[in-house]
Amino acid sequence: MEAAGRLAKSGFHVTLLEKETSAGGHLNDWYKLFPDRRDSSEVKRYLDDLMSSEQINFLTSTTIEKIESKGSSYSLMTNNGENLNADSIIVATGFDLFKSSRKEEYGYGIYDNVITSADLEGMFRKGKIVLHDNTTPKIIGIVHCVGSRDEKVGNLYCSKLCCVTAVKQAIEIREHLPESKVFCFYMDMRMGGAYYEELYREAQEKWGVNFIRGKVSEASENIDGKLIVKVEDTLAGRPLKMEIDLLILMAGMEISEGSKKLAEISGLNTGENRFFEAIDNHYGSNISNLPGVFYAGTCTAPMNITETISHARAAVSEVQDYLKNGKS
Amino acid sequence: MEKFGFSISKGRQINYDSNDRRVAEFIIENEPSFRLCIACGCCSASCTAGSFTRFSLRELNILISRGENDLPRNDLKKCMLCGKCTLVCPRGVNTRNVVFLAKQAFRKFDSYAI
Amino acid sequence: MTVMQFDPFVIPFNIGLNFILIYCIVRCIIWFRDLSRADKLRLQRGFFGYAFGQSLKEIFLESLIHRKILKTNFRLGYMHMSLAFGWFLLIFFGTLETDIFGTKHLNAPYKAIFFKFFNPTLGRTGFEHAYSFLMDLILAFILSGLLLAIIKRFSSRIVGMKKTTKLKLRDRIALTSLWLIFPSRLLAESFTSGTYGTGSFLTGTLGSWFASFLPTHQLAYPFWCLYSLSLGTFFILLPITRYMHIPTELFLIFMRNSGIRTGDKSGSYSEVQTFTCSSCGICIDKCQLNFSAGITNVQSAYFMKAIRSNDDVFNIAHNCLMCGRCDQACPVGIELMPIRMIQRREGDDDKDMRSIWKGFLRNRQNPLPVKTPELPSFGYLPERKFRKADVLYFAGCMTHLTPGIKNSMQKIFRASGENYYFIDEDGGVCCGRPLMLAGQDREARELINFNSEIIWKSGAHTLVTSCPICYKIFNESYHLGVEVLHHSQYIKRLIDEGTVRLKYSHMKVVYHNPCELGRGSGIYDEPVSVLAHVANLQKTEYDGKNSLCCGGSLANLKLESHERAKIAKDTVSELTKCKPDILATACPLCKKTLANATDTKVSDIAEIVAGEISEIQKKKSRISILNIKELADISWSE
Repeated sequence: MEAAGRLAKSGFHVTLLEKETSAGGHLNDWYKLFPDRRDSSEVKRYLDDLMSSEQINFLTSTTIEKIESKGSSYSLMTNNGENLNADSIIVATGFDLFKSSRKEEYGYGIYDNVITSADLEGMFRKGKIVLHDNTTPKIIGIVHCVGSRDEKVGNLYCSKLCCVTAVKQAIEIREHLPESKVFCFYMDMRMGGAYYEELYREAQEKWGVNFIRGKVSEASENIDGKLIVKVEDTLAGRPLKMEIDLLILMAGMEISEGSKKLAEISGLNTGENRFFEAIDNHYGSNISNLPGVFYAGTCTAPMNITETISHARAAVSEVQDYLKNGKS
Repeated sequence: MEKFGFSISKGRQINYDSNDRRVAEFIIENEPSFRLCIACGCCSASCTAGSFTRFSLRELNILISRGENDLPRNDLKKCMLCGKCTLVCPRGVNTRNVVFLAKQAFRKFDSYAI
Repeated sequence: MTVMQFDPFVIPFNIGLNFILIYCIVRCIIWFRDLSRADKLRLQRGFFGYAFGQSLKEIFLESLIHRKILKTNFRLGYMHMSLAFGWFLLIFFGTLETDIFGTKHLNAPYKAIFFKFFNPTLGRTGFEHAYSFLMDLILAFILSGLLLAIIKRFSSRIVGMKKTTKLKLRDRIALTSLWLIFPSRLLAESFTSGTYGTGSFLTGTLGSWFASFLPTHQLAYPFWCLYSLSLGTFFILLPITRYMHIPTELFLIFMRNSGIRTGDKSGSYSEVQTFTCSSCGICIDKCQLNFSAGITNVQSAYFMKAIRSNDDVFNIAHNCLMCGRCDQACPVGIELMPIRMIQRREGDDDKDMRSIWKGFLRNRQNPLPVKTPELPSFGYLPERKFRKADVLYFAGCMTHLTPGIKNSMQKIFRASGENYYFIDEDGGVCCGRPLMLAGQDREARELINFNSEIIWKSGAHTLVTSCPICYKIFNESYHLGVEVLHHSQYIKRLIDEGTVRLKYSHMKVVYHNPCELGRGSGIYDEPVSVLAHVANLQKTEYDGKNSLCCGGSLANLKLESHERAKIAKDTVSELTKCKPDILATACPLCKKTLANATDTKVSDIAEIVAGEISEIQKKKSRISILNIKELADISWSE
């Protein structure tokens, strides 16, 4: 949306193809954003304003079925049978969350009170954090690195954002349920962003969130329906036993299904981490292997919203450069 | 008399220079994935033996790689070789083979009864 | 022309033949002496009666005709058959030839082998000519197979195999001399035929063609020498090469048909088997470590070779999936899996004491050094609480990592109203099989004792487990006295009794047969019938005994993660060729390994069944109240 808006402002004619019925992607699912916990709808409104330009032709429920290079421009065919021509393309197909049911030992989809971070955001939006049987949880556990940094599911990379999301959600839970206790089970605390470490401090100091260093190996249910996690408190050097009411899995980021399909039909390169591969890691992270096709956002790597917007603006700059200087 | 300053008492310190790292080196030579361990503790968390007694593979791996062989020498036999640790390791360390090789190394270099 | 009786060129052959005959007899005596008393009696009985006839039949069908190899791989089988059977026929009919056409009835072997040299004028007319035709036919037969063998060495695809066995230097020399035998016979006979105008369609035709431009009379003798020399070399080298399998296989067949089996320790029978391996390479072809993971030095043929040469096999022994595919395919019937287990058990001790031959030459001692008794490894195991129940459920270590399975089993138990007790609900003690697979029987025994106690004290009559690895050890090594069932068998029983009624789902399902369940324990039908009852089960190329291994194998200590992933990926791509909705399996380790390799849904049989339970009929509790006296009467050991 950012890229479309910026291009429109510069006077270009933009067609935005969106596979869902409305724009915004995952932003629509979030509640409050880190690091300052401002409302996500503010960002959404900002983007919607950008989109209100006349220059933008916004097509919803549209996906690309075929893409062909015609000399210096591209011809695309959509699933609705429309044919579009483009001098340049920006791919901003985003990410999907790791399917936590693949980590069967955590019991997502098997035990009722195991949910993902995305599910929790949904609960925040509804205003109620409740267990499956509508009671209020007292003890809440958060598991870091679900589907990231895990050789067994094929994702060696770190999804970067889940640690700070966990800290943010821990604070929010404590805000909503002052009687609750929250425990974060982490391998490392990766707080690489402005004010992220400060958020971590706040979580410990102000909100009393507990951090236990140990990767959870499995979760099971006891007779009373409470969840038990098997984890080693590596810093204390002993196994830890705890009964938990609600377990939240920090699902990592993966390349989206739509991106995968696009890669197949277009010949765009993907890297070993299965995200799109730009031609250069340092000064070409928006440029793809096809001339005139550029990347914006999380389809290339895990990114937060700030970075996504910056990346989109960089993509716009590349497009302008490309179109102005004769499509080389 | 200890020099006043940075000396740590001998019993406390891990004297990395003088420790016998042959066991660690044997393991690394035969199982290179041993180097990938980040001590996340997932192995110890899932360990069948760990529920009954003090046995933490994470701890033993760290001690072996530092050359602190006393505890591993006695504790390694507690492992039931069940394989759960290998199945949960996020770094893909072949933990079962590490235990097996460690026992072999102790028999070879350091044969105080294993 | 007078018929000669002897010529110096036959000396190499005579030396070779005598040497190999004496060697084989001595070797067999040594092997016999090292059998256990019971086995000695078995073998003696095996030389009389029905077993003797069986052995002769097997020798004919397998050692000569190579029927099993023919069935697996026709071209490979033809190659082996032509050489083995052909050579046998050559010797047999050659001996008959000397008998019929010679001056005496009992002749020295060299007379038969070099018949044409000593009787160059025979074979022009009548019966002699017909006989000559027969001999030529047999020679042609052998040569066709030889051609195949030569090509196979350079391109194994000619016999439909992916790779061929790598050979050591002495094997290569023996191979060369073997290859020289029949061509040199061909040429020698041809030249002789050419000189005298005898011979049939092969030797005669070739001979007369040579005679037209070559001095055949002078050329014949060198080739007779070559023939004798290559035979002699081959015989002398035989004992130190893989060709020792020829005489050894005969001895093995007699031993096996007498009822001797491999057992747990190394001994005569296991050694005989390692020598029977002809390095045919079928096991290499079947091995998934070979074609999926690219590991090419651990397969059974190389393993046998390493044992024969007393190499250090410790690491190779542990780098095996123990899936059973090679064991099943071995045309000679070598018990490959028990032999690998023996090497694992023997650990990394001094190897030289292990060889019976070497032990004999030095000083006869007990081949295995006595291990100092050790303190128990698992003394930390606590007193367990037990509960009385009809049926016990043992999930096993791996099932705890796939909670879907244990939850489904509990659902099924509850639906059937069975009076059951989930022994390791809080995470129990390992069944002990992983330790056994690593060769640590003594330690495994401690765990076996611990678990057995819980099982006995519960008074149950049936033990159900959802893990085939546990099932195998419960069945084979626990000696419990209670009925042990794999959960697929238990579910089938519930279905047959009508205790549980299931809906039929029309989903396409493919079944992956776990190695430990199928080839390992012989359970093929129950899982298939349960799945067919509940869903649309598809057939694959890898059903039943041909099933592939998932790669998760607890038996293999040495595989890296990415190698396992490759094996899993290959297996899954074979099984999902028909694009099923669900890939069903009956083992938690298989489930976890395969699920990580595919996007297709992977489910255990229990999960599929639990999802389809429609009607339930409460089971009557069968347990009778056991009083203390009855408990005391239960025998604790064999």
